[in-house]
Formats: sequence, structure tokens, C-alpha cells
Amino acid sequence: MAPRFILRRLLLILPTLFGVSIIVFVLLRVIPGDPIVMMIPPGATQADIDNLRQLYGLDKSILDQYLIWFGAVLDGDFGISISLRQDVVGLIVSRLPATLELALSAMVLAVVLGITMAIIGTYWQNRWPEAVIDGISGFNQAIPDFLWGLIFILMLGVLWPILPISGRIDPRTGMEFTTQFYLAESLLRGEFSILADLVRHMLLPMVALALPLTAVITRTLKASLFETMTQDYIMLSEIKGFSRWRILIVEALRNALIPTVALSGVQFNFLVGGTVLIERIFSYPGIGNMAIGAVIDRDLPLIQGLIITFAIIFIFTNLLIDLSYRLLNPRVANE
Amino acid sequence: MRFKSLSIMFALCIATMAHVQAADDDVLTIAYNVNLPSWDPTVGLSAVNPTIQSIYKSVFDQYVDQNPDLSFKPGLLTGWGWNEDRTRIWLEVRDDAYWHDGSKVTPQDVVWSLERAGHPDTGNPIMFVWSKVANFSIDGNRITGDVVSFEPTLFKWMAFLTAYILPQKYYEEVGAEGFESAPVGSGPYMVDQFERNSFVRLKRFDKYWGPQPEFETVIFKFVTDASSRVAEIESGSSDITIEIPYEEYDRLRAKEGLVGRSTPVSDIGMIFINDVEVMEDANVRKALAHAIDKNAIVEHLLRGYGVPIDTLQAPQYSAFDSSISVAYDPEKAKMLLAESGYSTDNPVRFKIQTTRGFKPKDYEMIQAIVGMWRKVGAEAEIEVYEIAKHFELRALDTLAPAAFYNWGNAIGDPSTSTGFAMFGPSPHSTWDTDDLDAMIGPLWGEQDEDKRIAGYQAVDRYIAENAYVIPLLQFIQPIVHRDGIEVTPHVANFILPQSVTKTN
Repeated sequence: MAPRFILRRLLLILPTLFGVSIIVFVLLRVIPGDPIVMMIPPGATQADIDNLRQLYGLDKSILDQYLIWFGAVLDGDFGISISLRQDVVGLIVSRLPATLELALSAMVLAVVLGITMAIIGTYWQNRWPEAVIDGISGFNQAIPDFLWGLIFILMLGVLWPILPISGRIDPRTGMEFTTQFYLAESLLRGEFSILADLVRHMLLPMVALALPLTAVITRTLKASLFETMTQDYIMLSEIKGFSRWRILIVEALRNALIPTVALSGVQFNFLVGGTVLIERIFSYPGIGNMAIGAVIDRDLPLIQGLIITFAIIFIFTNLLIDLSYRLLNPRVANE
Repeated sequence: MRFKSLSIMFALCIATMAHVQAADDDVLTIAYNVNLPSWDPTVGLSAVNPTIQSIYKSVFDQYVDQNPDLSFKPGLLTGWGWNEDRTRIWLEVRDDAYWHDGSKVTPQDVVWSLERAGHPDTGNPIMFVWSKVANFSIDGNRITGDVVSFEPTLFKWMAFLTAYILPQKYYEEVGAEGFESAPVGSGPYMVDQFERNSFVRLKRFDKYWGPQPEFETVIFKFVTDASSRVAEIESGSSDITIEIPYEEYDRLRAKEGLVGRSTPVSDIGMIFINDVEVMEDANVRKALAHAIDKNAIVEHLLRGYGVPIDTLQAPQYSAFDSSISVAYDPEKAKMLLAESGYSTDNPVRFKIQTTRGFKPKDYEMIQAIVGMWRKVGAEAEIEVYEIAKHFELRALDTLAPAAFYNWGNAIGDPSTSTGFAMFGPSPHSTWDTDDLDAMIGPLWGEQDEDKRIAGYQAVDRYIAENAYVIPLLQFIQPIVHRDGIEVTPHVANFILPQSVTKTN
């Protein structure tokens, strides 16, 4: 059942991406902003402008441009960035690991904190720890990630400057990386001082991204746990004399996690989207930061490549959510 | 007790992670406001982006260099000039310059760079200038070339956008992509590490022909968010920063350990007037110009950080003429509008376009100006757009009757301000009338420099009298740096690490 499900979902990816590519391609060409016009200096003649337009293939009709671009994409060629003058695929591949490391770390942090807080809140239901956790969750949820970023910069970068507020690594670090997964590579190579530096740089953007998501997970899971704790099988466990901690973690958590997993997946997509602003604020060199630059420069090939990349991330995240949902809930798997 | 232990553990963790960037005497860190998109300073979008020229000028040599006051000085060329009848040029290449790979800079590199820049397939946006000279020949260190079409500002352009010399042999060996990943120049610093969108680390080039920079290592951190740049300098993570809000500049320079430097730069805030609708009425244009209190705008909105101007020439430009002025005179503005049948009860109506946040207080300035206009009988509707939209509309000559813009002119020549901004056939002009084109047209090829400059001054006077454009102010660049270093402000808006010195 699962392989057929996966195959069906994988086959659906192609038309989805095809649709995304058409929408993105057409939208980018009808919204204001012409990269060639932004490039021309004072004194350029119409012939100079036409020459540049031809050089970048923007002199053709939208349909022709799309067919050329799509044909190249099928060969794995997303074109050359107008502003960065490099292969779009190479640029994205070099920056994506930074975003993935940041987003996944934030996700892990949010999940760990969210589950912990939900369990604590449920264990001490209607007592002061639950009130504290509800208060913290409300606070975390009320403040958007970019605002957390600015607060952290002010608090921990300026007033009490203990953490770096920009970049991914100390520019004075001389280590040559062979992959762009700096965190994983430094860990595997046993370069713990570099690892510590990377974590220091990642900490503030990671926490800023994680806090709103933590609140969502806490609230959803806590509500779900409350409901689960009223089920008959939980009462049976209580009669059997199991401790409340054991009932919560061993008996109730798995069932209560189902809605949280679905929600976390959707929230992960928002989290990846949130990296655009957070990476900008912390000058973090990921694809989010690159996306803003591409939009400002009207770098059409790069924007197209980035949106397709984001779409692929979203599609695979949703696929993973569906799979995990089936794992957690056998009823869905058997349908 | 358990809580106390946890607190101590947390404090120890924080202390371990504490990142206090110790001031390193030989490392200069600059929190820079833009990213470096590409390492080829002669091709593509980034080549004509004035804000990243500081980095290019640290790594590459230009044919001709500029002093902080915009005057010209030798770069990789020690001499340059025209022949008697201006049909040929000559260039003298310095003998003591080396590429960062250790090889010598040759006159052939200079010729190759010029020919490449003038070739249409290269994608140099300034090709229209470089293609005006050709057929170069080399004799020792002297290069001569034919003038295809006379360009009076050719040698000024040699200190401007895309005027960089690249190493022919190395570039041909590694290709465009190879050059992007390992650029080689002949400037005072060489590229040590480049982390796209994050930072570039430069190392002092010991074989540089000019004075050795004082800092061995320079780090340009790309911090595009203004509040993050403020935090960078305030926390001591960076030594210098630029392009911060004036309010923050005033706050930071009052802090112990930080120094503020502000200098007028070659950026002019102006209102383009398009020759459409009500702007075809001279009374309306002149009234709008007389109704603006530029001093009040500078004083109250920009906290004094601006220089009111009445032509497109800043005081540092070669055609600046202080005798040309447009007085703030609201009564005269009312009278002019009354002559055309307008009053506060029956205002003249039009649209003004502006960016918001592209330049300091741009939107607020336009709001204030619209308020001033309202008092004399002009009702302007504000439309906010992105700068990309402005470029597009300007190229199509479809801007609104009035539109705010910032015009940069790092070489200070009148042709690259009044010329391109006001000459009808230029893709950058919005005012498009025969009278003005007839005045500017002959100046493009004028061989007598004094006559050319005087001609542009006459044009500026004529423009001011007819209010074909409304110049507002010259912007001031706020620079904040830490104590213990000296930064030399540059009118062209460069932050050059090679000119930063230590004071103790």
C-alpha cells in the first residue's frame, strides 16, 4: 500500500511543478521591473539596450522564452543568474544547505521545546505550571519571528554582546569546507571549535524562527493530550496503577501527536518561508537571503530557480507529513 | 538548590558560547550595506551598481583613480591624453604593477581590457563609451589608439563604472566562471575568502604599486539590514559602518568609543518633471519650484544632513555655478499659479511618484513637499513605487508629471548629470523639448573643455529659469567607526579600506 501511495504522490509532483513553473514564469514577466532597464547606465542608446536584451534572451516572446527555459530545465539547466552571473543550479545548491541546516535546527528545537512544554502543561493541568506555559506560548505566538530576531539582536548582540549577530561563520575562520553542510561536516570531521562557532552564529536566527512554532506545537499538542487523557484506555491504564508520567508519555503521546505532526509539517513550510526575512536580518547566507537580492535585482532566472526549489521543499515536506501520519495512525494506512 | 545548579550550568554555557570579538589590530571589519553579486567589475548588473565599487576598488585597479574630492589622479595609468586634433589617444601604463598571482601587469592587459569592454558580446553596460576608441598599438609602456567617435569625458569614464583592468592571460585560462570563483586583480588587496551573501575577506597585497594599506586583513560583512548594521557597530563586531538612519547616526556618534563622520556625496535628490499634462505650463512648473523650502526639509526632516541645491551640479562637480539659484518664495508661487487660473480653492492637480525607503526620508520629503505645494494652490497625489518600476517607466518615458529620484554622479562631470538626465534622446531623461536638446546636443562633442563646462552652466541656468527639473539636495553619507582608526570620507561615496589608518 505504502509504495503505491508514494509512487502516486511522486507522480503528482511533476504536473505540480509544471504548473508552478508556468505561473512563476508568466507572473515574473508581467509584474513591473525590467532587469535590463535597471542595468543601463546614463548615456546608453536604444541599440545598447536592445543588445543587452538580446544577450540575456529577453527580446523574445514570453512563450518562446518559456519553451527555451523549460527545454533547458529538462536538461537540469536553470540558466545563468543575471545579477550573479553564475549557474542558477550551482548557486542554489551552494546556498540551500545553509537554509536547510537553519530550518531543520529550528524545527528540531521547536518540536523538542513544544512537546516538553505540552507534556509539562498537561501533567500539571489547572495548576500554576500550566498557566506559566500558556503565558509563554501566548507570548511566543504573538511575536513574529522577524521581531524576535530584532529583539535578540538588541538584547544579545548589543546590550549584552555575547553572540554574533550576522553571518554563518566567523570571517576569520580559515577552515576549508568540502560541502556546504558546515554544521554536519565540522561535526563529522571533529572540528569542534568550528562547530561551536557555527552554533553560536546559528543560535539567534534559529531560536527566532523556532519560538512561534514552539507555541503552535505546545498549544496543539496540549489540547490533543487533554482530549486523549479522557479516553477509556487511559482510564484503564490509571486503574492498572501506571504513573501519570508513564501514561502521558507512553500511552497518550503517540495518539495525541497525530494532529501535531500534520500541523508541524505545514508550519515547517511557513518556517522555511520565514527564513527569507530572518536570513536577511542576520545576514545569513542561505537561499532566503539570496531570494531577496534576486527580487530586488529582478534576476528572473534566479527567482524562477528559487521558487521551484521552495516548491520542491514544500511538496516533499507534505509527502513526509502524509507518510508519518500513516505511520502514526494505522487507520489511515489501512484505508 | 536544583534551580541554582541549573542556573550556574546555564551561565557557564552562555559564558562558553560568549562571542566577544576581540579587537584585532590588523583586521578591519566593515559592516557593508550591500552584497557583492559578482567579481567581474566590467560586466552585468553589478558593474553599474555604484554602491559596490568600494570592494572592486580594493581588489582591482582602475585606469585612472580619484581623490576623495573627486579630482583625478593616476591609477594603473601614469599618464593619458589626446593628440593635437583629438583623433588619437595615448595612455602610459605604470611599470611597477603586478597581478595578485605575481605576474606583471602589461600594456597588453590594458589593451585587452579596453577592447573587451568595447565589444558588444561581452555585455559591458558602458560599451557605448569604450567602443569610441579602437585600433590600439603598444610601444613599450605607451599605448596609442584611434578615436572612433570623440567623447570628451573618455578619461573621466576611465575612473568610473566598469573602468577596471583585468588580467588577460589568467582570465582566458580560467574563463568567466573560474574568474568568479578565484578573482585576480592588481589592487591593494587580494581576495582571500568569499562567502557569497555573507562576507569577503581580503589580504593585503605586498607587491601593490601604491602605498601599503595599514590593515593586513579586511573583512567586508554584507549586512543589508540597516538596524543590523547599527547593531554591528554598537556591539563592536564591526569597525566601520555606513548608510544608517540619521537618527541612529546622531545617537551612535554620541556614544563613547564611536566616531561619526558625515560628508556630502555625489548623490542628488531631485524631482523629475515630465513634459506632460499640467507640466507643460511654465507657470505651474516655476510655481512648484518656488514653493519648496529646501532648507526646512534638510533641517527638519534630515536633521541637517543634506545640502540644498538648485541645479543638478553639486558644489564638488566641475560645472557647479553658485550664482544659479531658485529662491523659496511662496508668494511668487501663488502669483504664478494665479496667472494660470489656479489657487488654493481651485488647485492644479497632478500625480507625483516616489520611492519609499530607497533613499533616507524620500517618502517623507515628498509628503512635506506636497504639503508646501498645497499651501500655494497645487494638489499632488502621491504614488509610491519600487525603484525598479521607476527605471522601467523612465526608460519608456511614461513617468508621472513629477517623480522623485536620486541621481549619482561619481565623476562629477555635467554630461553625466545634466547631460544624460535632461537630454531628450537619452533613455534616462523625462523632459523632452527641442529648446533644451538644441542647447545640450552640441556639448556632447565639444572639444574645448572650458567651452563645454561653460555651455553646461548655461544649460543649468536655463533649466533653473524654466523649472524643467527640481533639484532638491545633495545627500550626506553618515559613517560611524570605532575609536582608534581614521576613515577618509570620499565624495564619490566610497569606503576604501586602503585609506583607513590607525590613530594609535
